[in-house]
Amino acid sequence: MAWVNAIIQGILTGGLYALFACGLSLMFGVMKVVNLAHGDLAVIGGYVAIGIITVTHLPVLWSIVVVVPLMAALGYVLQRTLIQASLDRSVLTTLIVTFGLSVVIENGLLQFFTANSRAIGTGNAIITSSFSLGSQIQIAYLLVVIFATAVIVLLGLQYFLSRSKYGRLIRAVADDKEAAQMCGADYRHVFGIAAAIAFGTVALAGIAYGMYSQLAPTTGTDTILLFAFAAVVIGGLGSLWGTLLGGVVLGVAQQIGAQINISYEVLAGYLVFLAVLVVRPEGLTARRARS
Amino acid sequence: MSEQGRGEDAADPLLEVRELTVHHGQLRALDRISLRVFPGEVYAIIGANGAGKSTLLRTIAGLHHPTEGSILLDGQDVTRVRPERRATRGIVLVPEGRRLFGSLSVEENLQVGATYARKGPWTIERVYELFGWMRERRAQRTAQLSGGEQQSVAIGRALVANPRVLLLDELSLGLAPVVVQRIYGMLPQILATGLTVLLVEQDVSQALRVASHLQCLLEGHTTLEARPAEVTAEQVEAAYFGLNVRPGPAPAVGERSEPLWPGSTRSSRAS
Repeated sequence: MAWVNAIIQGILTGGLYALFACGLSLMFGVMKVVNLAHGDLAVIGGYVAIGIITVTHLPVLWSIVVVVPLMAALGYVLQRTLIQASLDRSVLTTLIVTFGLSVVIENGLLQFFTANSRAIGTGNAIITSSFSLGSQIQIAYLLVVIFATAVIVLLGLQYFLSRSKYGRLIRAVADDKEAAQMCGADYRHVFGIAAAIAFGTVALAGIAYGMYSQLAPTTGTDTILLFAFAAVVIGGLGSLWGTLLGGVVLGVAQQIGAQINISYEVLAGYLVFLAVLVVRPEGLTARRARS
Repeated sequence: MSEQGRGEDAADPLLEVRELTVHHGQLRALDRISLRVFPGEVYAIIGANGAGKSTLLRTIAGLHHPTEGSILLDGQDVTRVRPERRATRGIVLVPEGRRLFGSLSVEENLQVGATYARKGPWTIERVYELFGWMRERRAQRTAQLSGGEQQSVAIGRALVANPRVLLLDELSLGLAPVVVQRIYGMLPQILATGLTVLLVEQDVSQALRVASHLQCLLEGHTTLEARPAEVTAEQVEAAYFGLNVRPGPAPAVGERSEPLWPGSTRSSRAS
């Protein structure tokens, strides 16, 4: 029963990891930017939510309604300015610039909020409680809500990319941005939209993580970014369902590792990550190889 | 022997290129090229590999920056206008190697083309009427199509933007002659909707068949400019290969075997 419990907990945490990873995957897929500040942006999202809740005493849900559009707007602006400027020089420059951004954000947070970790209080008794399945399986409502949110976000993103005008443009620009220009599309604007989506989703993930666990200024790089990378690599680039699968595989591996020995939790996740890199470097679900 | 008797005495050129010079790094790809395309014309630019034909079209479309010279659409200077703004103003390029969106379906390719379209006669529906097979296969990925079919989708994607000037870059590249003929056979129907066409072609006989005006490039220089009816095959051949050329020295034919830039590498990206 303990193993079943580990697998169920792993699947549910996998939803959170997928939420972290989908923006990273989108930005790489569309503009070939590996955003090393991705995890720190999640932490910013979480801290802003904490700030809003502390000042206004609004419930968490309302802080999400404020933070996600705010971070999306920041994503658009950063993409159109800093990231585009580095992209115009070379793809490698974007690595250095986003790494720099990550360092700046992390130290800024340390400066203004100290190194203490903070949790986002849900302020709702039902959400923080859990229900039992059998005698040994305890499932937190919060984790179920986060998993459901992740699935809804991924479904929505999938629908947006495959059906909407801007989704189509995003895919077209990802294929060939010069040809998209010949169709009258300003690819920089389309990049901005993709970045807005990535920043919005990662802010949501940051808030979710803050409720599930705790946020500290360094959480972005030492946990979130690495887990997001692992989920993207395991699942395979360019597929949203791959990202969900990658998150779930990572989550299950961690929980099984923790079941063997609590100190193996993180290690087990990375062992699976490495195994996938060796055996199937294109990821579990990659449908087509892209040059 | 150029502009007299082109039938548009009173008309202004729709597209004008003045003294255009373009460099690829150190290489001077185009050297003071000028041309005037009048409404309703089929203006063909011919020349061997590396003559600068594609560079000329790409510069007009805004994908290369000229070192000197200017490009005017309907009398307005568009030399500094971004490529996507030129497309919405009516200069639309069908690029060499087709450059379709490989992960999108046929219909989605056309929809992207129509997203920022000008007002005009061309719709996705009309493209389906022009290319009969396309409607049935609109849900397919373009990678599954033959070369000729892909070229038709590329043309359709440009048409739905309702261009004023349609730039066609090497339609015949990599296609069987019979397919090339079929695609060029569509040109009258396209022109009937009031478009103007500026095309680049390596296949001289094909260009002569469809063009109302002809310009031959060699190493970035103009070596011939005429109406197809006014020139003999020998004159075209001489201009094409640079035999007793007028402006500037040109190497012998045999030395020109190596293309100056790899034009064919782009086609692989389309699939």
